[in-house]
Amino acid sequence: MRRYFGRKLLTYLITFFVAATIDWMIPRFMPGDPIAVLVAKTNGISSQSAQYLVDYYNNLFGLNKPLPVQFLNFWSSLLHGNLGLSIYGDGTPVTQMIMAAVPYTLALLIPSILLSWWAGNSFGALAARRRWLDNTILPVGYVLTATPYMWLAIVLSFVLSFSLRIFPLSGGYGFNLEPTLTWLFFTDLVAHWVLPFMSLFLVMFGGWAIGMRNMIIYELESDYSRYLAALGAPQGLIRKYAFRNAMLPQITGLALQLGVIVAGALVTEIVFSYPGLGHLVFQAIENEDYFLLQGIFLFIIVGVLLANFIVDIVYVIVDPRTRVAMRGGTA
Amino acid sequence: MSLQVSDLRVYYRTLAGDVQALDGATFSIADKEIMGLAGESGCGKSTLGNSLIRLDGRMKYVAGSVTLDGNSLPVWDNDGMNEFRFRDVSVIPQYAMSAMNPTRKIGTMIAELLESRGESYKEIRPELMRRIDLVGLQPDVLSRYPIELSGGMKQRMVMVISTLLDPSLLIADEITSALDVSTQRAVAETLVSFRDHGFVKSMMVITHDVSILYQTADTILIMYAGKLAEKAPTKTIIEDPRHPYTRMLISSLPEVGVRYANKKLSGIPGSPPALLNPPTGCRFRARCPLAFDKCAEEPPFIEIAGDHSVACWKATRADA
Repeated sequence: MRRYFGRKLLTYLITFFVAATIDWMIPRFMPGDPIAVLVAKTNGISSQSAQYLVDYYNNLFGLNKPLPVQFLNFWSSLLHGNLGLSIYGDGTPVTQMIMAAVPYTLALLIPSILLSWWAGNSFGALAARRRWLDNTILPVGYVLTATPYMWLAIVLSFVLSFSLRIFPLSGGYGFNLEPTLTWLFFTDLVAHWVLPFMSLFLVMFGGWAIGMRNMIIYELESDYSRYLAALGAPQGLIRKYAFRNAMLPQITGLALQLGVIVAGALVTEIVFSYPGLGHLVFQAIENEDYFLLQGIFLFIIVGVLLANFIVDIVYVIVDPRTRVAMRGGTA
Repeated sequence: MSLQVSDLRVYYRTLAGDVQALDGATFSIADKEIMGLAGESGCGKSTLGNSLIRLDGRMKYVAGSVTLDGNSLPVWDNDGMNEFRFRDVSVIPQYAMSAMNPTRKIGTMIAELLESRGESYKEIRPELMRRIDLVGLQPDVLSRYPIELSGGMKQRMVMVISTLLDPSLLIADEITSALDVSTQRAVAETLVSFRDHGFVKSMMVITHDVSILYQTADTILIMYAGKLAEKAPTKTIIEDPRHPYTRMLISSLPEVGVRYANKKLSGIPGSPPALLNPPTGCRFRARCPLAFDKCAEEPPFIEIAGDHSVACWKATRADA
């Protein structure tokens, strides 16, 4: 058990190191210069003062040092929990900007991932045994899962907010409101949340439902199901076993989905101008803000690795075969 | 008579039409009888075995009746058969190695299966432990998962599970095919001991390996292309077969103590007919060295001597 998790942990640490290194490299190898963008904001100053400003900022953000030194600085401040200052945010600490955006993203992601997983699996399992559900849910599921997140987001916002005016078009809350602990603000928050949530939920729901339906059918045709049926076991028991075993790949799928969905949330947040991490990534790229971009990516990397680690643990609990493999048995 | 099957016909539904895999089987198995069912691949022997316990989705019941201990089995009715499965008819499937749910402990699976059939696991458990010991497994197999067992152990475990409710008829479908010869012998002996202990009343052992039946079976039923060819006591089938197919099948088996360095072991030339549109008359006609005009008519499966039935015009005529 300890060896198993020790090995897993080592793998995750190596993955983290490589991912964080790439994360540091990507913004720096982008064409363009963040300082130039910053200085360009100050219209009409002399070229001499501009040069002074450029030098000042390069020194402030440590960009005048050679790349290897920048790399070491990145790791040393990272280990101190310091993600640097945001260029786009006029020197606001990156950590603070991320923390302001995280609640929106999590409020969007966690319900949509977990609810779509739950609902998709339930519907898929149901579709596997009801012909009429199979004939209706399945085609809908294929269409949904093949839909790009942002396209569905655009369709939803066009129909439900632009045409029918049921939900607000964009933003995290109304422009006329301040974040306060009032009922009015809360309902406004929920109203702004519904459309981005729905666009994520629907696309993922389709994928889960199809996956589960196919897995259940596969399990119901497997040898152990046939044996139980030959011994006259009621359908309930056979389905229970099939469902339990069909869940295993879905749990793995959940872990993989967590990585992909961050990208899905990104475009969805951009479509709805929703003030989460995705929206922040977009701003960071537009402003070539190295520190903000790498800070957000780092946050996503840690999130994905953590989610995978949790799934590893869950898998050990639900699938006895992993436990046997850990004790040195062969599967 | 424990089992009586009369004119059982089961076809496979395909897009091209019905495949007549089992075309009119009439036979019976006596109490305490172990009947071997042999024939080459695709001759319908597994179809016959399956049709007595569970028709899968592609199989179509066409005609015939099955009586077990005086009760008529509703083999065409999947739900109606549930009452008889396990208690009266049971099966050791071809896929015994993968027959147990991989994510459930074996004991838990047995308990859930028994409870779902309205039996008490608590009451049956002592007998279960006794039988686990009888087949040479450790009592702790019940707290293990199937993957922790070897292939032979899984096979024995499934044999115990299938016979737990002392069924009247046990169908053992190709259970020795995936095993090495020493394990094959052990499995064959276990089957016989199950009968001798009274765990099962009668048995149908399906195999393509006639030599395993020589060790196990009291009688042997030979099938060819969806039809019954010959049924007789094992000794008669081996020493005095009457159907030309049986003769060629037996003569193609190697004999102990005979070296085949100089003499080539003969096979049966040709291959069995397709069962989608089977030829009329005797289905072995095209490969049969004795075929004559009358074989264009279908030979009946009739008793030519006590306990010896053959479906061949020549066999009956020679006797008369």
